[in-house]
Amino acid sequence: MSWGAGIASRFKPGDKVHVAARFPTKGHIRTPHYIRGKTGVVERICGQYRNPEELAFGQYVGAQQVLYRVRFPQTHVWPDYRGNPKDTVEIEIFEHWLEPAK
Amino acid sequence: MTHDPHDHDHEGHDHEHEHAHGHDPHAPIQAKEPEGYYPLLADAVRELLIEKGYFTADQHRAFIEKIDARSPALGAKIVARAWTDPKFKQRLLDDGKKACAEMGVDINVANLVVVENSPAVHNVIVCTLCSCYPVFVLGRPPDWYKSAAYRSRVVRDPRGVLKEFGAEIARDREVRVHDSTADMRYLVLPMRPKGTEGWSAEQLENIVTRDTMVGVAECRVQQ
Repeated sequence: MSWGAGIASRFKPGDKVHVAARFPTKGHIRTPHYIRGKTGVVERICGQYRNPEELAFGQYVGAQQVLYRVRFPQTHVWPDYRGNPKDTVEIEIFEHWLEPAK
Repeated sequence: MTHDPHDHDHEGHDHEHEHAHGHDPHAPIQAKEPEGYYPLLADAVRELLIEKGYFTADQHRAFIEKIDARSPALGAKIVARAWTDPKFKQRLLDDGKKACAEMGVDINVANLVVVENSPAVHNVIVCTLCSCYPVFVLGRPPDWYKSAAYRSRVVRDPRGVLKEFGAEIARDREVRVHDSTADMRYLVLPMRPKGTEGWSAEQLENIVTRDTMVGVAECRVQQ
């Protein structure tokens, strides 16, 4: 897969990452609440895009953000999850919402 | 001459609807109630963008026309080709946008992530934040896809929601939910059912429906 080719990214596919547990009350944030504070694994790098938190307010300048697809086990996301323990959810998350996880 | 709605003759048109509803179909059209807040806001923004020269009214109309011309038949063509052409399938999984462009389908978004169903994995698509949908390969989304019920439930109880749609996923298969939260759009590549060996592209396209490409159903050979 050539998705991350030529992109200077902080994380690479297979890296364990932690989603920041930040809960600002304003702004156009594309990180769903249910995934904040959770830990997953980078599935792929989707490329570089404008940060929606700036774009929504008409800012089209400055550096673009690396966008990742991150895979999470459902039993970790929902403590009462009843399906197969192998079930997963994948979400696109921008780099500034991710921290390295051990 | 008086204009009685009943006295003139439409060919092959028996005015049955009048009897059913009991009103004059030729009455002047009058606005019943003011537009809602959001439709009004959308109109105002559209007019402002046109006034400021970002696009013309004709470009805006043409874009809507382009979206309205898309339908699940396009997605079905892509899936049927992937089922019969392993090299195309690999290109589709590697870069959905490029592979669709090969077939003359312009995706119009950053990229299309094609996720493949297998005996080990079943994929299902949602946008929990709004209603992101691969419009350029499937046409406009169904109402249920945009409903708060589907968006909030499929992410936390996918097996329960799929069962309501009539798709029971074997317990040993992984269910993978794709939450379409940013710049990508998603398309499920369903499993080709047994009994379709030697089928023509057209026969295959007929069993690839919208719901199988969203992942709330599996392709079936029609009984």
